[in-house]
Parts: sequence; structure tokens; C-alpha cells
Amino acid sequence: MRPEVSILSSVEATPATAIPAVRKTALNAVHRQMGARMVDFNGWDMPVEYPAAIGCGIINEHMAVRTGVGIFDVSHMGDIRLAGPQALAAVQHISMNDASRMAVGQAQYSALLYLQGTFVDDVIVHCLREDEYLLVINAGTREKDFNWVRDNTRQFDCAVENLSDDFTQIAIQGPKGVDVLQKLTDADLSAVKFYWVTRGTVCGLKNILIARTGYTAEDGFEIYVPADEATSARVWNEILSAGKEFGIVPCGLGARNTLRLEGKLPLYGHEISDTINVWEAGLDRFCKMEKPEFIGRAALERTKAEGVKRTLVGLEMTERGIARDGYKVLDGDGREIGYVTSGSPAPFLKKNIALAYVPLTFAAVGTPLKVEIRGQGVGAQVVPTPFYKRPKKA
Amino acid sequence: MAYPSDRKYTKQHEWIQVNGTTGSVGITDHAQEELGDIVFVELPKVGAEVTSGKTFGSVESVKAVSDLFSPASGTVTETNENLATSPENVNKDPHGSWMMKITLKNPAELDALLSSADYEKFVAEEGGH
Repeated sequence: MRPEVSILSSVEATPATAIPAVRKTALNAVHRQMGARMVDFNGWDMPVEYPAAIGCGIINEHMAVRTGVGIFDVSHMGDIRLAGPQALAAVQHISMNDASRMAVGQAQYSALLYLQGTFVDDVIVHCLREDEYLLVINAGTREKDFNWVRDNTRQFDCAVENLSDDFTQIAIQGPKGVDVLQKLTDADLSAVKFYWVTRGTVCGLKNILIARTGYTAEDGFEIYVPADEATSARVWNEILSAGKEFGIVPCGLGARNTLRLEGKLPLYGHEISDTINVWEAGLDRFCKMEKPEFIGRAALERTKAEGVKRTLVGLEMTERGIARDGYKVLDGDGREIGYVTSGSPAPFLKKNIALAYVPLTFAAVGTPLKVEIRGQGVGAQVVPTPFYKRPKKA
Repeated sequence: MAYPSDRKYTKQHEWIQVNGTTGSVGITDHAQEELGDIVFVELPKVGAEVTSGKTFGSVESVKAVSDLFSPASGTVTETNENLATSPENVNKDPHGSWMMKITLKNPAELDALLSSADYEKFVAEEGGH
């Protein structure tokens, strides 16, 4: 037995020269104590899953988030703060979504684009004050993103700070996440809508940023606590204790990946990259072309006029086999027409699913295609996405 | 979990249990633990020839695909069809979940494989996890 391909190691990495050996979050020792299987994820030593002996493993962790609650250490994510009189103008210049539509306390999904309309990274933009914004960015693109943001906002009266090492970021995800976190904070979480943020005392720590955001296609929160090891471990353990009655489990990057895939949430280096543009990725609704200017806008106008040639589709395997990242997509005659960006068994849906780039002519729902698995074309078909949508609250 | 002494082991974490001229092949407890939740097992067809040290199939967990290497050369006489519908049995009972049975071509090949004690030592030295 020898691992041949791993979803987690295939994530596009920053060139090795740009990063020191291995980075650890403040919770690293806690993960190891819990017996987590650790992997190198974009230069970070991160838990991929926790042991079956404590009720974990990717499938159990995934199901806990869909039906109850799970917590994730996502401190490897980066944070950039823009603050100053022209902070909004700076954000508007570098972000494709319209930050002027946000009220203080609101957050929005967006992306930073290159001039050619392809992705620097995707981000969550938080409006903390009228003159203060927080961008939460991906782990593997931290340095690249920060340098790019700094270089492209020099003309604005606004300070750009890299706060990536200041926070331990913990995600509490799942329908019971609100019940768990409410036990630990004085903030009224019922008043915080999805993609809104607040501040409150959490585990005795004052003025903690609490965002109702996540990367699981489920309700949940992300909290930002000081990054020292003792505080981080205490908060982590208090959340686990508070969540015991709700069946909380710690979750690793494995479940994070399958959860986001079921919800068709893009992953940098897979569905989005510096060679894929916004239209191809199908992120039109987060790209506000009515904004007069942002980096990449002109190119996007051109590429839209020229017509998009390939698009991201959802696939479901109709024959026995699991599509994996990078596998070829074939048409009915076995001709190569595209490739899988992310593919995996979907633990909640109990199907083998994938996201893939294919020409528009093959993108209609119901189109039969094949995925090449170890030299064999295995049947798949285009299905509607997202694969999973969380039930609306009654 | 103890590694049963009634069989031989490979450094790629397969086991083979010999009964007369037939060898049953599976993967070890260490292997299933390393893989995590197993969701798919791909096995050769009955009648196929397998070669010692060469791939005979693959096993997939949620997160990864791994090749399976045959501990010995021979002809496949049977595959465990239960694993098509219940691949998680490999997690639950790795040493009871044989994957294929082969007629051994050259039983002397088995001499090069590890005993249970040597395999246990090998796993410990490899760092396990």
C-alpha cells in the first residue's frame, strides 16, 4: 500500500523559497496530544483528521458538522487589515465585490484579481468600522496576498497591516454551533445574521471578533482570539467542553475539504487560480461590474465580450469510481475535454462527486461524460450545483 | 492491535496468509489506520496474474488513493466481493478482511517477507503515527 494521490498535498503551494521550513499554529501541540494525523498543508503542519478512537475520522467529522457541530483550527488563514480615511476606496480598488454595500458589522465573499481578471486569491472582506476592513485570506497565499495588497493600495490614505500571526482563528461549524458558542459569550448570537460580525467576551476574553462565517456550507462562526499558546489551548478546550452535550468533535482539513466541496466553495489552486478567470469559475454574482473600477475589471469586460470557453461544472459519478483532483474529463467518445479540480467521496450525500472545467458545450446538466481513472473512462454526469445546500430554518 | 503470527507481511503493509498452495492477501491494521475511512477497494479479476512487488489493485480512503502491492506471484482465484459494498470492513477488521486469494506460483518468494514480529518492529521504526 502506498499513497498515490492526496487531495491535501496537491493544493498549489507558494514556492518553497518563500516560506520557512514548517509553520505551526498555536494549537499544534493540542492537535498532537489529541492524536491527530498531521500533514504538511502549504507549509503548515496541520491536522487532517482526528483518531477514530475519539469518534473522529473524516466521515464522522463531516457528519458532525452537517448534523451537529464541529470545531476547526483555521489559524493558518491570513488576515490583512486596511484602516484609514481611504480604506473603503482601497478595498474597492482591489476587491471585485462591492464593499460600499456593506454596513459596519457586515462581511462579504470576494476575490482579489490580477489585471487579466484571474485570481490572486478569494477573500472574506469584513467591514469592522467605516474606515476599517479586515480581509481573511488563504494560508498558501499569505505572503503573495499581503505584498499584492500593499503594493496596490499605496496611492490610498490607508494603513495596510499583516495581522496573520496575531490571531488563533477557530471555526465552530454546524447547526448546533450557535448553541455551543452562546454558552461561552455574552454577545447575543441570535442577532448576528449569516455573514455578519460582532464583538463580545468569549471564554472571558474581552472584545473578541465573532463572525458568522465559515467554509463548510453550514451555519457557523469563526472567532479570532489572541494567538498565544495558553489562551488558544484554553479556548479550544472550553469550546470542546461546552459542545460535549451537542456531540462536538474536532475536525481536520480532510473534513473541511469534503464539506466545502459539497457546498461548491472554491479552493485556491483548484477551482480558482492565476490562470482561471471569474466567469470561468462561475463567481459572477460576487463580481460587481457596475462598480466603475477595480483591478481586473477591464479584462473581465473583454473576456465576457469574447465569450467564455470553459466553465466549472459539478459531476456525479454514475459508475463505480472516485474522481480525484487533476484527473482528465473525457467526452462520450473518450476525447479529453477538461479536468477535475476537486473530486472526492461526499460523506453526507453518499455519492462520488467532483468539480471540473469543461467546454461550455459539455456543461448542460445531464450531459454524460467520463472521468479517466487509472487509464479507464468511468461514467459521470453533469449535475446541478451546489451539490449540497443547507436546509433553510423554518 | 497485535499482528497475527499466522501470516507474512510486506513493507508496503500487506499481509499474506498461506493455506497449502493458496495465499489470502489483505492490508494491515497499520495500513487501515494510516488511510482513514476506506470507501473503495479495486481488485483484479479472477484469473488475472499478479506479480510479487507489483500493483494488484488500489484502495481509496476519503482523502487518498493508494496502490496495493502483491506479496507474492500467482493467479487470482477469488476476490472478496463483500468489499465492493462494505469497504469499511477493512477498517473494522483489517486482518480478517482478505482482498484476494491467489494460487502461489513460487512459494519460496514468501521467505523474503517479514514475520509478524519483524513487521511490528518495522512499523514502530517507521514512526507509525
